[in-house]
Amino acid sequence: MENKYQVIIGMEVHVELKTNSKMFCGCKNDPFHAGKPNIYTCPVCLGFPGALPVANKKAIEWTVKLGLALGCKINKFSKFDRKHYFYPDLPKGYQISQYDLPFCYDGKVETSFGPVGITRVHLEEDTGKLIHQKIAGRDVSLIDFNRSSVPLVEIVSEPEIYSSAQTKEYAKKLRQIVRYLDISDCDMEKGGMRLEANISLKKSEILNPKSETNSKFKLSKELPNYKVELKNINSFRFLERGIEYEIKRQKEILESGKTPIQETRGYNAEKNITYTQRTKESAADYRYFPDPDLPPIRIDDQWMDEIKKDFPESLDGLFARWQTKYNIKPELAELLFETNQEGQWLNKLFKKTYEQKLPIDKMVNLLIHKKIKTVLFKDSPNKAIEEYKKTTVIDDITDEQLKVFIDKVLSTNQKAVTDYKSGKTAVMNFLVGMVMREAKKKIEFKRLEKLIVKEISK
Amino acid sequence: MLIDKSIKELSSLLKKKEISSIDLVRESYSQIEKLDNKLHSFITIRDKKETLKEAEVKDKERKDESSIIYGLPFSIKDAYCTKNFRTTAGNKILDDFYPPYSATVYKKIINSGSILIGKNNMDAWGHGGSTENTDYQPAHNPWDLTRIPGGSSGGPAIAISTRMVPFSIGEDTGGSIRNPSSMCNISGLKVTYGRVSRLGNIAYASSLDSVGPMAKSVEDLSFLLEIISGKDNYDSTSSRKQVENYNQILGEPIKGKIIGLPKEFFRKGLDLKAKGTILKATKIFEKLGAKIIEVNLPHFIYGVSIYYLIVLSETSSNLGRYDSFRYGGERELFSDETKKRIILGTYALSAGYSDKLYKKAQKLRTVLIEEYENALKKCNVLLAPVNPSLPSKIGELINDPLKNILEDLYTGTISLVGAPSLSIPAGFAEGLPVGMQIIGKKFGEAELFQFGYLYQQETDWHKRLPPILGK
Repeated sequence: MENKYQVIIGMEVHVELKTNSKMFCGCKNDPFHAGKPNIYTCPVCLGFPGALPVANKKAIEWTVKLGLALGCKINKFSKFDRKHYFYPDLPKGYQISQYDLPFCYDGKVETSFGPVGITRVHLEEDTGKLIHQKIAGRDVSLIDFNRSSVPLVEIVSEPEIYSSAQTKEYAKKLRQIVRYLDISDCDMEKGGMRLEANISLKKSEILNPKSETNSKFKLSKELPNYKVELKNINSFRFLERGIEYEIKRQKEILESGKTPIQETRGYNAEKNITYTQRTKESAADYRYFPDPDLPPIRIDDQWMDEIKKDFPESLDGLFARWQTKYNIKPELAELLFETNQEGQWLNKLFKKTYEQKLPIDKMVNLLIHKKIKTVLFKDSPNKAIEEYKKTTVIDDITDEQLKVFIDKVLSTNQKAVTDYKSGKTAVMNFLVGMVMREAKKKIEFKRLEKLIVKEISK
Repeated sequence: MLIDKSIKELSSLLKKKEISSIDLVRESYSQIEKLDNKLHSFITIRDKKETLKEAEVKDKERKDESSIIYGLPFSIKDAYCTKNFRTTAGNKILDDFYPPYSATVYKKIINSGSILIGKNNMDAWGHGGSTENTDYQPAHNPWDLTRIPGGSSGGPAIAISTRMVPFSIGEDTGGSIRNPSSMCNISGLKVTYGRVSRLGNIAYASSLDSVGPMAKSVEDLSFLLEIISGKDNYDSTSSRKQVENYNQILGEPIKGKIIGLPKEFFRKGLDLKAKGTILKATKIFEKLGAKIIEVNLPHFIYGVSIYYLIVLSETSSNLGRYDSFRYGGERELFSDETKKRIILGTYALSAGYSDKLYKKAQKLRTVLIEEYENALKKCNVLLAPVNPSLPSKIGELINDPLKNILEDLYTGTISLVGAPSLSIPAGFAEGLPVGMQIIGKKFGEAELFQFGYLYQQETDWHKRLPPILGK
């Protein structure tokens, strides 16, 4: 048996929810479109003396929704805890987060390499933003609290990801699910979705060298005695490259008989390398304790029913249904839409298209290439079908009517007819095109070809 | 002296135009000017011209249906945010802090038409029971200037005791209203946790902090509680429980009701003279038809340890925001007492210690709650001393940290339970006031007032004035 270094990755993904107001106060939650710094602030999100937090109900509901979409169990009794550390962008000296009772736990995300367990999904508040710049020749650090206390969901995976490609797929899938629920824009450029990978390597037996999935390796739950945290990555491509670089770097260290140091590293896209950001000498002590300002949250059956009421069909379920019923490939379907509402719109469209016995695969193709003159998700599905018909008219011309055009084309293009008869079948493309031009219509190629062949061979 | 009269009398005289708010405000300032340089009840006093102008408007706009506290001067502990008016919480870090918003309790009082005279002295952040730990001038007991007035709401207690204001708003975490009320011979209420909004109260220990009224009598308190209570959508820990008409129940007999004396509160450590005073009070209640029994609260002897582990943990967290980035002075301005409390709290929450300290204390807090609930199944209210000893000499507690901590034995333990407790004058020992607390079921404030009011009909301790006022 061959032994190889196998990478083990656990992901921590932060997603900013797009609720109207912030997590614990009434301030507007729109840090990316604020005209100026510190305009969406109040005593609560600035940590003023005597200010008290009030939890955003919608944010809790959305977190539970996400948990359900990830197949998580839901803690019916949950609470918020204070996580203490000092940083200029953290106005209270603690972040309100969840420690031992997250809203959701024990879920799963399917990838083509195998499933990835979700350890937990919890809700917390975002911090302010530090801006370092030079003003009048002096280096200064400025703080913008527009982002302070924006609802932030953290999704923690089990260390069950075994390649850079699987990590990328996992993260993309996660974004797809979050967008489908329409609870976040997941703008990675601006930090609306933030990726962190915990990466380490260990020796592992190769069981099935030809396998493309995780069954290739003999996997054990035992984790290596170190891990490297790769942080502040704002694209899936950089995530994949960063991990590739880390695998190479860590392997070299391990092969030289040393152990990589436990640290946080960043990724430099220009140089395509990772670099040390912070070395953690010991585990941080956040002195968690339940926030006495926020009573525990009980999610009773009634509330749970309300949350589930407008809970959409799962994305995987929707894709599977479309594939069986309409023969739409999932990898094409996912290019078409993001949110559940959009999915529902398409579902209606496909249903009607199917009822009218129009070809759906062609429609999907045209939708992807934006060739149907319709405002997706805004116009009615009926209008979209009308436009689709205009793009690919098939049925509004009879064979008899066509025959007139065919006869005309064949009589004026005798050479092409002779060529075809002598075996140069490629000339058919020309003939079909000429007939369409005469008819001033788009006609299904196969149908026309059949009619032309029939005429030629008469 | 007008301010010696009850809120009800003052309101009636004002409405009959026999006196004016201007008279009351003038009297407030006259008392302050005469006495406060010796007592240090106030940290910040409002400009007299401004308040007189306000009084003039109140006198003009007063209607028959105006609130009972309309046009009355009042003061508030400096722990409450008052919009654009200096708020220090007794410490120098916030020496020049002018809050951008107001505490709910302050808004409620102002909306009822009262006139703020000033902000009262306190132990910085509420850290203390003597008002010596203020970063401003240590306050003095009006009954004996060499002694402490109690704390941390020492300022309000002095101001009421010396009739600088007819009422004030204090804050009680582990005795901060009851203790100075007892030492200065006034009436004060620690409310049920959740009864009054905490929004705008500069937090000491959030799970115990409670906002309550301080005044000359139980009758006055009953009016005030109704005004300041109720659900606040901006304080998640405030209760939706219906606010009662507390005044209406006053005068109803307590005949047949049962008073429990917790054995553990009358043992070694309690000053014998204070003990005697309180036992005498039980005779009055018996005369009123109540029955006295003994009850057990066995784990309350650990109350002080549990109390301190929790409040110091919470205060270490609550004070983390004073990093001087957004407002306030540098952290060096924290006093030694506060630094000590932050360090102890940080320790109790630290990994490896929090299981043994903070979490264990939380578990024991649940045990205390059960014991207290069991005790109150056997009786209507509990009667207990407020302080283990008579008011100490100034400086004594600072030099004896253990004694300082034990001062909270009878009050901090009750705070852990979240129960309401009414502190009223019960007599004197060596010329110094001795208070007692009547402790009730959660949200049972009305019943406490019922007991306290009848007691004050039978006694006149609460009417006695400190010698500093002269004759």
